[in-house]
Amino acid sequence: MYTQALDSLGKDCLPDGSADTAALETRFQERVDGDEKIEPKDWMPDAYRQTLIRQISQHAHSEIVGMLPEGNWISRAPTLRRKAVLIAKVQDEGGHGMYLYSAAETLGISRQQMMEQLLAGTAKYSSIFNYPTLTWADVGAIGWLVDGAAIMNQIPICRCSYGPYARAMVRICKEESFHQRQGFEIMLSLARGTPEQRQMAQDALNRWWWPSIMMFGPSDGDSKHTAQSMRWKIKRFTNDELRQKFIDITAPQAEFLGLTIPDPQLRKQEGSEHYSFGTIDWSEFHAVLKGNGPCNRERLEARQKAHENGNWVREAAAAYAEKQRTRAAQAA
Amino acid sequence: MSNDWPLFEVFIRSRAGLEHKHVGSVHATDTRMAIEHARDVYTRRQEGVSIWVVRSSDITASDPAESDSLFEPARDKVYRHPTFYAIPDEVKNL
Repeated sequence: MYTQALDSLGKDCLPDGSADTAALETRFQERVDGDEKIEPKDWMPDAYRQTLIRQISQHAHSEIVGMLPEGNWISRAPTLRRKAVLIAKVQDEGGHGMYLYSAAETLGISRQQMMEQLLAGTAKYSSIFNYPTLTWADVGAIGWLVDGAAIMNQIPICRCSYGPYARAMVRICKEESFHQRQGFEIMLSLARGTPEQRQMAQDALNRWWWPSIMMFGPSDGDSKHTAQSMRWKIKRFTNDELRQKFIDITAPQAEFLGLTIPDPQLRKQEGSEHYSFGTIDWSEFHAVLKGNGPCNRERLEARQKAHENGNWVREAAAAYAEKQRTRAAQAA
Repeated sequence: MSNDWPLFEVFIRSRAGLEHKHVGSVHATDTRMAIEHARDVYTRRQEGVSIWVVRSSDITASDPAESDSLFEPARDKVYRHPTFYAIPDEVKNL
């Protein structure tokens, strides 16, 4: 069940540190090793719970903040078809945020706590959304590259050991595929268009390529959580493995578009399906993560403003529900 | 910031003839709003023809710690399955 509000019939968990806890941890790891799913009311180590809360809430925040860069182009989409598609896509992102908040709530954190962390600026979200969408081609590049990288990241999470997260991810991945295809279609139209449109597509690729590559996170050697997350089967592949896969499938797509990936060292390795690529500028990644990207402040302010502007609606809805309840009680 | 609205579990019948299945949860002030939210969140691609919502706090669930005493007794009762019984091959329609 997707809730921590369930009326438990059982005893509380044993306190940490006891011999019983060690036995529970062993049993837990055996279940994970045997590819059993862990469900909300099952015993789990506190570190597993905290890791999932952090990861799922960050993932949810990314979906919600991710609505902003693309939402920027809804009113200026070039055709009615593109506009309908973009609205549907942005609505999906909002929906993905909702699935993920629900999944995180099963671990004992409230929606309100997560909202507060996001609005206070203490929660992280994917750093990619702190880049601006300067032209219409950016909407294409985001669908193609950013959603493409997200799919690469998310497909293995469909097999995550934690049931609610895995189920949310199955639903998300089903919907995500249209996002990537519509993005590629935009890029294709521009690449086959006028020289100005071509240039616009190339410019978008130039700006979004490296941030997309960085979406897979730090290199394996610098990734603190990878080993433990893989033991717990929260993660199935390392950051570098996923990044390599993404580059290997995306490079030929860029070639098809007739666009140049902004990495002079990118080339297919002889006798292999893999591409080698240039060095990633991690200082940029860390700067954006720390809050110094082009749009960090703008994104946060937009969320805060939306939350404040929606306040009266939430208050009115709560007051209305209360009034209905009172009337029903009086009538009874 | 005010408190979270109550949590509702959402069950969806994907098409006539099938049972409602748990799909997730939504926050809402009342059941009507819960159904509207469930519709927006869980049926954007014609995933359903009917929605149930129920307050999460109204659900009582079995405890995983008791699953052995609840479900283990069924494990050794293989005679409840038709394959338990050996019937000669020449006997038909059984």
